[in-house]
Amino acid sequence: MSYLEFLGQYGDRILSGTLVTIVLTVLAAVLAVAIAVAAGLMRLSRNALIRGVATVYIEIFRGTSLLVQLYWIFFVLPLFGITLEKFTAGFVAVGMNLGAYGAELVRGAILSVPKGQWEAALALNMSPAKRMYRVILPQAVLIMLPPWGNLLIELLKGTALVSLIAVADLMFQVKQINGTTFLSAQSFGTALIIYYVLARFLLTPFMRWLERFMQRKLGRA
Amino acid sequence: MLDWNWQFTWEILPRLIVATGNTLLAAGLGYGIAVVIGLVFALAQRTPFSVVTIVVREAVEFIRSTPLVLQIFFVFYVGPQFGIRLSPWTAGMIAIGLHYAAYLSEVYRGGIESVPKGQWEAATSLNLSTARTYFRVVIPQALPPSLAGMGNYLVGIFKDTPMLSVIGVAELMHTANAIGSETYRFLEPYTLVGVIFLLISLPTAAGIRLFEGWVRRKLGMVS
Amino acid sequence: MNAQDLSAFPMALQGDNVPMVSFKNVTKSYGSLVVLDALDLDVAEGEMVTIIGPSGSGKTTVLRMLMTLETINEGVIYVDGEPLTHMPNGNGLVPANRSHLRKMRSKIGMCFQHFNLFPHMTALENCMEGPVHVLGLSKKEARERSEELLALVGMAEKRDQHPSRLSGGQQQRVAIARAMAMRPKVMLFDEVTSALDPEVIGEVTNVIRKLVAEHNLTMLMVTHQMGFAKDISDRVCFFYGGRIEEQGTPDELFGNPRRERTQQFLSAVKEAV
Repeated sequence: MSYLEFLGQYGDRILSGTLVTIVLTVLAAVLAVAIAVAAGLMRLSRNALIRGVATVYIEIFRGTSLLVQLYWIFFVLPLFGITLEKFTAGFVAVGMNLGAYGAELVRGAILSVPKGQWEAALALNMSPAKRMYRVILPQAVLIMLPPWGNLLIELLKGTALVSLIAVADLMFQVKQINGTTFLSAQSFGTALIIYYVLARFLLTPFMRWLERFMQRKLGRA
Repeated sequence: MLDWNWQFTWEILPRLIVATGNTLLAAGLGYGIAVVIGLVFALAQRTPFSVVTIVVREAVEFIRSTPLVLQIFFVFYVGPQFGIRLSPWTAGMIAIGLHYAAYLSEVYRGGIESVPKGQWEAATSLNLSTARTYFRVVIPQALPPSLAGMGNYLVGIFKDTPMLSVIGVAELMHTANAIGSETYRFLEPYTLVGVIFLLISLPTAAGIRLFEGWVRRKLGMVS
Repeated sequence: MNAQDLSAFPMALQGDNVPMVSFKNVTKSYGSLVVLDALDLDVAEGEMVTIIGPSGSGKTTVLRMLMTLETINEGVIYVDGEPLTHMPNGNGLVPANRSHLRKMRSKIGMCFQHFNLFPHMTALENCMEGPVHVLGLSKKEARERSEELLALVGMAEKRDQHPSRLSGGQQQRVAIARAMAMRPKVMLFDEVTSALDPEVIGEVTNVIRKLVAEHNLTMLMVTHQMGFAKDISDRVCFFYGGRIEEQGTPDELFGNPRRERTQQFLSAVKEAV
């Protein structure tokens, strides 16, 4: 079978798998950003309990494997009465895992905003919340956007693991195709190229655009 | 905790500990490959032959942008299609080693670029050979700033070894899966796997930070 | 870089009084910025030549080109009668290859503004690195030579210290010993006191005075220390816009500058002090 015939026969399944991967990536990314901001800010709290909760969360999710977390959420959490449908379990695990990494980016970026900015905001008698939202966070966002670009590529790659709990993403589809055709180079190779294209020609340009957009918005361009 | 069976826990613990040995072995072997190949990738991108630079650069980008689990499948299944049969261990080590070599090459590159230009010029003024300049002047100075990144990826490769279970490498995750499908109990094996990972990765990360400080002192680079 | 016509340049300088260093019609530019403009400069064996001038006048570039840290656009540089930037090939000159550069570099030593000591090696190891691994000396010979030179620069007691434990003046003295350990015929000093605190400048200039007095070295020095240049040089070159605007003995140049730009520069420097 030529490669074109292969694509003709299995293109639909590969395409539908790709779409599932994209949707998973977007949902997991939204969750990861929300968790990262929350946990990152909690890590900077003056309250030791709040700080502790965030630290435990971050250490657990960064200290173990995404695959372990995925299996735990899918197979063990139901024993606690929380049953997630496999698709939900998939993007929740990926989002929670990358959110823990993102929290450290948020924290680091906030801490790297120059001290003079905190003092200037204080001198204007802004409330702590105002200080954070009006002065510090906008500057921190610019600092953390480049590493978030890398993190989102990790997130996209992480979604491939949900195929192991039978979510029909790109990885799952090509594994099935390989199982029936044994055309491993064609099926896995095609998937490699698609992931590469998604990361390099969709995600990376989007993050570049976002960086430029934020720079313009904050008058740094 | 609900339904936690201690007796079952003690029964499966020895198996999981044996499997932990395999996990550590896989991480160690994979990391060893990655450390060496990563240096090759990094140095290849500094050759004056621009074709080599571009090809290696793109290969590193490609490896870094695609999922490791897919690369593991690819290496394991594509061989037999062309008559090359790789054992799960061999295929797994190739895939995970190359994957982390790509990451480490970026760490090395950053470290090499952090060496001040004056150091290269001093090496030229002393007429040191290119090899001597790299191995005696540049790499020792590129090492300390690279250690944090290298340490992160050591912990990273350890945490990625569960993916080797998909081609049947008998590491922790694979063993936990096996226990789960034999006994239909998932709570204990999966939780224990998580705990074992935490128990190893957290102290390792802390140990790496200590090691980093020690190397800096050792090289006389504390200022 | 366009291939230039090299047929006008001899394959080697011959005869009596061949200069140790000779720049012949040397041009260096970065894009449209011309740093050296058709420079001719000869330095005799054993001569101490100081280059002064405003920043951007190309004075550091002269030293960096001699050390082969910069490529050449036009012209040829000769060291000890042999072409440095080029090499003979058949009956003409061609750009030098790596092995020619390595051979020629062994005649030249350089000290830098920021010392550039290797931070992971002790003072002694810094000095021994070249002699052992480039010149092929035994460890013992290299150690003896290095210890002798460290004693000369007054750093014998600090030989086992890493650079991070040394002051700027001490680091620069080690750097001078390191360069001298290669037994160069030509020594280059590139603003070696510019990065130093005022109170330690003397310890470095004293070492250079000693070298001038005790060794028959050819030296080129770029400096902002006019008093030091006046004391120590055989000849002073004032650079302006990539050319030698004026040159002469220290007495001539500092005592009776003829060109207006030289006068302006010297009076501006005097005011700053």
